[in-house]
Amino acid sequence: MSPTPETSQAQPGAFKLIRNMFVKVGVLPFFLVAAVIIFALLSSSFLTMQNMVNVARQSVFLVLVSMGQMVVLISGGFDLSVGTAIALTSVVSALGMVWLAGVFPDAIWLAIVLGACMGFGAALMVGLVNGIGVAYFEVSPFIMTLGVSSVGAGIALFLTGGVPVSGMPFVFADTLGFGRLWGIPAPVLVALVFIVIMWVLMTQTRLGTQIYAVGGNIKAAHLSAINTKRTLLMCYLICAFIASVTGLLLTARVESGEANLGASIALESIAACVIAGVSLRGGIGRVLSVVLGAFFIVLVQNGMNLAQISSYMQMVLLGALLILAVIFDQFRYRLILSGG
Amino acid sequence: MSSAAQPLISLEKLTKRYPGVVALNAVDFDLQAGEVHVLFGENGAGKSTLISLLAGANNPSGGTMTLDGEPLHFTSVADAQGKGIYTVFQEFSLLPTLTVAQNIFMGWEPLIGPFLDHKTMRRRSKEMLAELGFDIDPNATVASLSRAQQQMVEITKAFHGDLKVLILDEPTASLTDKEVDHLFDFVLSLKQRGVGVIYISHRIQEFARIADRITVLRDGAKIGTVDMTETDEAALVEMMTGRAIDEIYPKIENLQGETLLEVEELSTDGVHGASFTVRAGEVLGVAGLVGSGKSRLFRALMGLMPHAHGTVRLKGQDISKASTAAIIRAGMYYLSSDRKNEGLDLAKRSDQNLAVNLIMGDKIPNRSAFVDRKAVEAEVLTISDHVELSEGYRKKVVSQLSGGNQQKVLFGRCFGQNVDVYIFDEPTVGVDMGTRAALYVLIKELCEDGKAVIVISSDLPEVMNLSHRLLVLAHGAVTAELTGEDMREDVVLKYFFDESGAQS
Repeated sequence: MSPTPETSQAQPGAFKLIRNMFVKVGVLPFFLVAAVIIFALLSSSFLTMQNMVNVARQSVFLVLVSMGQMVVLISGGFDLSVGTAIALTSVVSALGMVWLAGVFPDAIWLAIVLGACMGFGAALMVGLVNGIGVAYFEVSPFIMTLGVSSVGAGIALFLTGGVPVSGMPFVFADTLGFGRLWGIPAPVLVALVFIVIMWVLMTQTRLGTQIYAVGGNIKAAHLSAINTKRTLLMCYLICAFIASVTGLLLTARVESGEANLGASIALESIAACVIAGVSLRGGIGRVLSVVLGAFFIVLVQNGMNLAQISSYMQMVLLGALLILAVIFDQFRYRLILSGG
Repeated sequence: MSSAAQPLISLEKLTKRYPGVVALNAVDFDLQAGEVHVLFGENGAGKSTLISLLAGANNPSGGTMTLDGEPLHFTSVADAQGKGIYTVFQEFSLLPTLTVAQNIFMGWEPLIGPFLDHKTMRRRSKEMLAELGFDIDPNATVASLSRAQQQMVEITKAFHGDLKVLILDEPTASLTDKEVDHLFDFVLSLKQRGVGVIYISHRIQEFARIADRITVLRDGAKIGTVDMTETDEAALVEMMTGRAIDEIYPKIENLQGETLLEVEELSTDGVHGASFTVRAGEVLGVAGLVGSGKSRLFRALMGLMPHAHGTVRLKGQDISKASTAAIIRAGMYYLSSDRKNEGLDLAKRSDQNLAVNLIMGDKIPNRSAFVDRKAVEAEVLTISDHVELSEGYRKKVVSQLSGGNQQKVLFGRCFGQNVDVYIFDEPTVGVDMGTRAALYVLIKELCEDGKAVIVISSDLPEVMNLSHRLLVLAHGAVTAELTGEDMREDVVLKYFFDESGAQS
């Protein structure tokens, strides 16, 4: 009732600081602190250097996919088919490498590169179909990417008959899966490179500006000389490409082409983004927060493993965490609009 | 008005505070039964706040409200309606997918046992609409109606219970003259029934026809209440703005340069065979009623609507089939009349909104894929200064700004690229007088700088005072092109209803 405005003006400084932080970066810092405290109490091996390095290495894949997911979320959509892009990349590149290694037995790197390109091509098709459907036929991103996800998963299973594709060149897995450069694992290196690329893309380029503008208000973007359809298409292509790179890294890790890779990554990547303050309404989100968001999800999974929480219960907690993050996102968006 | 009779509604020292703002400051107001009391003031003067309190949508921070001498405390809008106070807001509370009858009886549905009595609903709706003189089919879906017809449905909804007070918020903003006549006849009939009407409008010309008293608000405070018989337009405007009317519109030099835009026989949905030209260094006004096609014509020019026929040449270049982005790059910019839905990214800061156009435009000579942040920031500052956006608002999220400041940001967006033809669609809609004057100066500067400026407006004084030439549209066709002495209100109004253009 009437006295509320007065009380809100007399807020203590600490409360105001928390509120400003929440408006600025979202709910992530609070979740992160809570998670670290809880898991450190539950397991003594959680807060060790070795475990943290472990978490960092495990989080590479989710970090990558989440950055792609972020681009689509910022454009005002979302991509449920990231897992399919990963599976298709894995299956197609593995089939390609096995076949090409037979054709060019003396040029094994040529077979690997061409096979990888085939994988990229397959994933980019996923992105292209998503983008055309969403941008040009105005299908809702939910239905479009859900449908494409089923189509792509079907194709991946059809190609392999459900059996993993084995017999890949050893040097592929040795390099991309387990290789190190200056002591840094290859996947981590790839992730670092992409973090830089994505940060530059979103903050320093015209395309980045266009993506934020389209997600913020697509009509206003259209009236500001932005080709909104092309921008949307680019978002789905970028997302599919990053998912594809992740697919290749995962394939190298498991040393075979598998159609069931990335099954749960759509949900996890959306959760990572939302927790990191990417708005589901589009237009808002930062690359570095998303990296931290993905790290957080993996940290929680790691913590739950150490605390011996069953994997079934983990699914429950992860889903609940996502919903909680969306509720906070809703609250935060209102604060932004009203000047919190 | 004699104060001997007990007023129907009486407000004393009514105050509404929001954090950091006093939206309504100790305002006294009263309404007699059978009276039309106009609330007049600029946007942000406190009119909307006052009616939101009376409508039960908000609670006051201080002061008292009484109805028939009884103190009023509302818990909801429905509560206020139950007590006989019904408000027709500018934003309607209609469900577009349902029929007119279903909307009118929303919450009042007649039942047969547990089931809806659709037959009675339709019959009663028909009777109610007929009684009010509204020609609307009760079986039509609301989405298929024009805005004017939707408003009639909204008004009809007020007539279920024992109506004591009807609050009309800008009711004539989207009505034709015939419909306005209807509305006024109907308001006068309400007076005879003893209903009190609170009427909010910017259309000062209307007041003489229906108002008994007028209360003027400015900056949340009451400036005064006057009898209609004892005042005139000039006095009211001065009360509202604190300045005289001829200080608002600047004198704009007409340079009459080369022809920049040629439109020949353009047709689109709702517009047929429109031809006209615009020259550098002139302001072309475009007037017409709601539904006359004045906005559609220019949306079609910008590639926002498909055109059926006709050619559009910008600086000699055929742009009839070009995309909106290409048209902007070719040198024509459209400022939307709907800043919230089409103009601004509400969740971003002012400077971020301005930066988008700079990054997309060619004002900063940088066509590579990368953004020259420093140059953009510098130019954002220049533009913010140019549109007189106060420093404090530049880093603020746009949704927190007042309508006037939002419009300044929107104007700022058109300075983000080098263009020669500016189309301003309702450039001052929902903007206070002070900001209006500032925006008019921007238009003047553009024109005198050799740009072609097109001003589309439903505000007749605005287009008549700014334009060198005036295009009048009616029924989707250009009915007149007026210059000089012919740009008079009576002449313009005549062409508003001219049917001849429609046949050609």
